Amino acid sequence: MSESFTKGMARNIYYGGSIFFFLIFLALTFHTVKEMPKRDNRENITEAVERGKHLWEKNNCIGCHTLIGEGAYFAPELMNVFDRRGGGNEAGFKAFLNGWMNAQPLNIPGRRQMPNFHLNDQEIDDLAEFLIWTSRLDANNWPPNIEG
Amino acid sequence: MNTLKYQSQSVAKPYFIFAMILFVGQILFGLIMGLQYVVGDFLGGLIPFNVARMVHTNLLIVWLLFGFMGAAYYLVPEEAETELYSPKLAIILFWIFAAAGVLTILGYLLVPYSTLADLTLNHLWPTMGREFLEQPTITKIGIVVVCLGFLFNLGMTILKGRKTAINMVMMTGLIGLAVFFLFAFYNPTNLALDKYFWWFVVHLWVEGVWELIMGAILAYVLIKVTGVDREVIEKWLYVIIAMALISGILGTGHHFYWLMTPEYWQWVGSIFSALEPLPFFAMVLYAFNMVNRRRREHPNKAATLWALGTAVMAFLGAGVWGFLHTLSFVNYYTHGSQITAAHGHMAFYGAYAMIVMTIISYAMPKLRGIGEANCNKAQVVEMWGFWLMTVAMVFITLFLTGAGILQVWLQRLPESGEALSFMATQDKLAIFYWLREIAGVIFLLGLISYLTSFFITEKKATA
Repeated sequence: MSESFTKGMARNIYYGGSIFFFLIFLALTFHTVKEMPKRDNRENITEAVERGKHLWEKNNCIGCHTLIGEGAYFAPELMNVFDRRGGGNEAGFKAFLNGWMNAQPLNIPGRRQMPNFHLNDQEIDDLAEFLIWTSRLDANNWPPNIEG
Repeated sequence: MNTLKYQSQSVAKPYFIFAMILFVGQILFGLIMGLQYVVGDFLGGLIPFNVARMVHTNLLIVWLLFGFMGAAYYLVPEEAETELYSPKLAIILFWIFAAAGVLTILGYLLVPYSTLADLTLNHLWPTMGREFLEQPTITKIGIVVVCLGFLFNLGMTILKGRKTAINMVMMTGLIGLAVFFLFAFYNPTNLALDKYFWWFVVHLWVEGVWELIMGAILAYVLIKVTGVDREVIEKWLYVIIAMALISGILGTGHHFYWLMTPEYWQWVGSIFSALEPLPFFAMVLYAFNMVNRRRREHPNKAATLWALGTAVMAFLGAGVWGFLHTLSFVNYYTHGSQITAAHGHMAFYGAYAMIVMTIISYAMPKLRGIGEANCNKAQVVEMWGFWLMTVAMVFITLFLTGAGILQVWLQRLPESGEALSFMATQDKLAIFYWLREIAGVIFLLGLISYLTSFFITEKKATA
C-alpha cells in the first residue's frame, strides 16, 4: 500500500464509513418495520397463532425444518405446508396435522425420524393455526414452488 | 522457560483448552448428524437430529467465544503493555461460563427440549427455540453477565495501558458482540419482526463484529511472527475492517430478501453483499504480503501456516461461497438449501475456527512455558492436523455444494407439480451425503492429529 495513504486515513475511513452505513441501515430498518404490516397480516395473529408459535419454539421445530428457508435443512420447509398438505383447506389441514403428529415416529427403517412431541389435540390445533397464518405471509413470492 | 511478557496473560490457557474440548464435541455431533442424513433412524430415539444439531452449532458458538475470550486475555495485556486488570475475575468468569455451557449442553441431551424450556421457566421470557439461540433464557442472561465482566476487565486494562489499534479494534468487536447479542432477548409474537431482528444477532455477529475480532487477532499474530512494522499492519487492519463493515452492514440485506420486507432489500442486499468478499481478499493479500516481507524467522512455523490458512479459507468460505448464492435472483432458488450449509461450514471453519487455532498455535507454547515454539516434531504433527482438517473441510464443502446444486435442480427449479418433493430429493442426494460423512471422518482424524501435537515434547538428549 502506498506510503501517502496513512494509518490515520485508513482509520477515518473505517470509523466514518461504518457509522455512515450503520445509520443508513437503521433508517432502512425503521422504514421496513413501518412497511411490514402490509405484508405480515398481523391483524390475523390470534391467541391460537401466538400459542402455536410458542409450541413451535418450545419443541425446537427449527432444529430439523426450515421456516421461510431458515432453520435446519434436514426436513421439509413448513412455511407453505398448509398449501402443500392441506390444499388451502383449513379443516383438512388440521385433520392431516393431527394424524401426522400422532403417527410419529413412523419407524420406517432407514427413514429420517420425526420424534413424537406428545402434543394434545388443542396444541396441534394451535400449531396448525400458526402454520396457516405463516403460509399467508408475503415473503416476496418465496418459495419458488409448492415443494418449498 | 517463561516467555510470557505479562504473567496475567496466563489466564488465556484454560479458555483455549476448554475451547478445544468443546471443539471435539462439536465434531462428534457433526458426525452423528451427517450419518442421520443418510441413515435416518441412526440414534433416532436417543439423540434426535434437532438435538444433535443444537449441540453441534451451540458448541461451535461457545468454543469460538471461549477462543475469542482467550485471545483477548492473551493479546490485550501485551498490546496495552500492562498486566490484566483482574486475573481473578477472568478465572471466575471462566468457571461460570464453562459451567453454564456444560449444563446447557447436558440439558439439551438429557431431557426433551420442551422439558428444558419448562425447567428453565422459558414461559416467563420466551427466547428459546430459535435457530442458534436455543439456549435457555437463564443461560442467555449468564452469557451477558460473563460478557459484561469480561469487557469490564479488558476495558480497565486498556484504560490504564497503551491504546493500540489492535486493542481498540478487538475491543470494538467484542463490545459489538455483546451489544448485538441483546437482540436474542427480543422475541416478538409476530414472526415477521422476530425473523428480521434475529439477524441482528446472527448476521451482525458473523458478517460484522466478529470480523473485527478476527482482523485484530490476525494482525496481532502477523506482527509477532513476521516482525513487520506495526504501522503497516495496523493500516491494513483498518482498511480491511472498513471494507468489512461498509459491505457487511448493508449486506445484512441478503437475509431480508424473503422476509416480510420491502423489495428494495433485494437491490441493497445484492449490491453490498457482493462486496463482502473484498475484505477477505484483502486479508489474503495482506497475510501473504506480510509473511513475504518478514523481518524475522519465527520458529513457530505452524502459527504462520494457520495465519495464512485462515485468510485463504475465510476468503473461499465466506467470500467465494458466500458470493455464490448472495445475489437475490440466485438466492431465490438456493435459499435454505444445502448450498447454504456448504457455505456455512467453510466460512465458519475458515474465518473463525481457524483464527482461534491461529492464536492458540501462537500462544500455547508460551502459555505452557515451552518457549517461542513447539519442537519441530510437534509442529509437523500440528501441520498434519492443519492440512487434514482443511482439506477435509474443502471436500465437505464441495460435496454439500454438489448436493445443493442437485437439490435446487430437482426441487426448486421445476414448476409445482413437476418438482420433486423434499424427501424424494434427499434420497437422490445420498451419495453426496455419504461422501461428506467420509470427509467428516477425515476431519476428525485431522483434529486428533492436531490435538496430539500438544502432547509431543522433545526427547531429552540422553534418551
